Amino acid sequence: MSYDLVVIGSGPGGYEGAIRASQNGLKVAIVEREALGGICLNWGCIPAKALLKSAEVYDKLHHLEDYGLSASNPGYDFEKVIQRSRGVTKTMSGGVAYLMKKNKIDVIEGSAVLEPGKDAPKVVVTLKAGGTQTVEAKNVMLAVGARAREIPAIGAVSDGERIWTYRNALAPKTQPKSLIIIGSGAIGIEFASFYKALGTEVTVVEAMDRILPVEDHEVSAEALKAFKKRGINFRVGAKVTKIEKPATGVAVHVEVAGKLEILTAEGCIVAVGIVANTDGIGLEKLGVVMDRGHVKNDSHGKTNVKGLYAIGDCAGPPWLAHKASHEAVHAADYMAGRKLSNLTPPIPGCTYATPEVASVGITEQAAKEQKLDVKIGRFPFRANGRAVASSETLGFVKVIFDKKTGALLGAHMIGANVTEMVQGFCLAITMEATEEDLQGTVFPHPTMSEAILEASLDADGRVINT
Amino acid sequence: MTDILMPALSPTMEEGILAKWHVKVGDSVSAGDVIAEIETDKATMEVEAVDEGTIEAILIEAGTEGVKVNTPIARLAGEGGSAAPAPQKAAEPAKTETPKADVAPVAAGPAPVTAAPTQVLVASSGARVAASPLARRLAEINKLDLKLLKGTGPHGRVIKRDIEEALKTGAGKAGSAPAAATASEPRKVQSLEQLGIAPGSYDLVPLDGMRKVIARRLTDSFRDIPHFPLTVDIEIDNLLAARAKINTALESQGVKVSVNDIVIKAVALALKQVPEANASFTPEGIALHHNADIAMAVAIDGGLITPIIRKAETKSLAQIAKETKDLAARARDRKLKPEEFQGGTFSVSNLGMFGIKQFASIINEPQGCILSVGAGEQRPVVKGGQLAVATVMTVTLTCDHRVVDGSIGAKYITALRDLLQDPIKMLA
Repeated sequence: MSYDLVVIGSGPGGYEGAIRASQNGLKVAIVEREALGGICLNWGCIPAKALLKSAEVYDKLHHLEDYGLSASNPGYDFEKVIQRSRGVTKTMSGGVAYLMKKNKIDVIEGSAVLEPGKDAPKVVVTLKAGGTQTVEAKNVMLAVGARAREIPAIGAVSDGERIWTYRNALAPKTQPKSLIIIGSGAIGIEFASFYKALGTEVTVVEAMDRILPVEDHEVSAEALKAFKKRGINFRVGAKVTKIEKPATGVAVHVEVAGKLEILTAEGCIVAVGIVANTDGIGLEKLGVVMDRGHVKNDSHGKTNVKGLYAIGDCAGPPWLAHKASHEAVHAADYMAGRKLSNLTPPIPGCTYATPEVASVGITEQAAKEQKLDVKIGRFPFRANGRAVASSETLGFVKVIFDKKTGALLGAHMIGANVTEMVQGFCLAITMEATEEDLQGTVFPHPTMSEAILEASLDADGRVINT
Repeated sequence: MTDILMPALSPTMEEGILAKWHVKVGDSVSAGDVIAEIETDKATMEVEAVDEGTIEAILIEAGTEGVKVNTPIARLAGEGGSAAPAPQKAAEPAKTETPKADVAPVAAGPAPVTAAPTQVLVASSGARVAASPLARRLAEINKLDLKLLKGTGPHGRVIKRDIEEALKTGAGKAGSAPAAATASEPRKVQSLEQLGIAPGSYDLVPLDGMRKVIARRLTDSFRDIPHFPLTVDIEIDNLLAARAKINTALESQGVKVSVNDIVIKAVALALKQVPEANASFTPEGIALHHNADIAMAVAIDGGLITPIIRKAETKSLAQIAKETKDLAARARDRKLKPEEFQGGTFSVSNLGMFGIKQFASIINEPQGCILSVGAGEQRPVVKGGQLAVATVMTVTLTCDHRVVDGSIGAKYITALRDLLQDPIKMLA
């Protein structure tokens, strides 16, 4: 069987790229070594959101008095919470299987290794069912993703028991009484939010000087305040020097401002970034050019090897599912000779904790570093009617415009539902909106989204409701 | 749900009379059924259904006059009720005003689910330019004319990168030279690599502003203007003899008249005889130019440019000779002012010096005609039943059929031939 395209990896990049290629009339196969949907569906975005929903609802039960409600003995069953999350992934993975079938994409279950080939590298699959299968295609798309970064030198290696990566943290057998989370990026913060909601004592250790370090500094500050209020402990500017396993639990050695501190807990989660799954798949032999552990690709996903494309996490940051999907679909259009979009959409980032954090475009610091002349607007949710009515007054919207052109450069939000609101900003930036467009748009009242309008007005000193 | 649109029965039809309906609301029709009759000043024609479905509404009553082409005249409900089936993303028909040239034919998606109604062709004149808000703001700040820019965003929308590109190439400046009038990219096709030409096997010369303008203008012209060539042979022995005499006379002034100068003069005089050929098509009407402003194509390093001999019909050969020499020299030095190469009414392109026998140039918008002049060479001709030798020059007139019909083109090129074969008539 000869294909137009073989996709390696069925995460949100791989499977969406495969579908688009098939829509474009290409004959497509997809190789998956574990479960359709990849990490995102099975061990990442989706199961984490299932857990966080349980946590959010449970958290609400403790604030019923805010709404004039009461309930006696709110409780939870940790095992059932985990089971629900696993059930969600099963449903979603089944959905991908259906989509592959619907789009006549052959699914090959096994691990792929690349070998030099004619039009494109040959794909040799060690089948799950046993034996090997060599697949030849005109194009090969690497969508092999990434995994948690571990640091053996300091003992930051998962043992599945006391030291976890996200994977262990998503499906533990029992709930730890206390946890140290190393890293305060989206993954670390989401686990902190989840476990804290269910009563685990949580301490987050961050090496940078603030949590959520990729976010705007005002958002980081607000988030720190909010999470501290929820009882999460933090050590920022803290470097982990060693993780030890005493008789029970873990002992995490951290260095804060030159002082050594030993934090102890039942377990810890290592959330210090990711490494691309680019090893052991034959890339060295093909002479694939790499860039800091990632496959180097161009704006169409092409690598330096004829017929070989790379998209998503394995091809570099930001390591986000939607970035992978976007790149994969673009590459699938490119290889089929379809018309390509000239748009350069920004890639939003979301953290689904309580409170939520969402942003797109550049931060205020980045604008400063780029010496851009900007105007900034802010609006707090405590001045928003819907937020007050919902007792969701924490957080704010911050917008950054170019002073001269009015171009929307960035938007940063923290608060309830902001991950569902950031798309408005994404669309606005993609369509090259200016402050005038946002200010002149009618937002529905009463909604939390009105804070977007008000923040935009605030950038010109014309905010109405503060 | 599909709108049935007022069809154009001829390329020039803009409106018509909806004479009669053959169907009423509730009738089901299938593709090919006659549903209405349309009248124009020339003919009555039947309109056939393209899709099948049920007539949901008649939007224009029978007997209505002046129905503009592409106005919805009725609404057809498809099989699945009134909701339009969402077309597959990949199968979405192109809805832009011109065919998207950069969609490669290979590996195209599945055919559209239903035939889309003919999309309205947006008149380019006076229409709002599609541009992103930021592009508008940047154009305003940089004093760029959006109309002069070609958008590369969705549906041809001018986006930020088009402005940035224009600022780099200097295109789009209000009142700027047409040679730099746009930042449009040439028609994008599959990459050479996709077409099997290995990278590294060629040198890539970057596209400069002039090359981009040539690519765009000529592509637009060749694709959009219905054009046809008319060719005649012209005996120029008399012309050559006259030229020799003229040049002897002008020797003291240091002026030398070329065959091309005489062609320019004759072209201008012939335009006075057949003024319909000195014309431009506009959506509002045919512009008949008062003067014969003759643009002559000059090859320059990296492209070509067409400086203009204004009111050539009023100028002496010596004057024309001086002007063409000066303009050509300054064209090669790229020192022409915009007004010296903008706004001609008729073009002349001469490849005779390269020994080209015959060619047909591409219409130079908005001019209605362009004359292609071949080499003068001795050829056997038949005169009074006898074989003879004459110096013959073949010329081809390319006509914009929207302005110049075959008979007018023929009338013009005949008048031109008469003048060139017997140059003394130019004095008449």
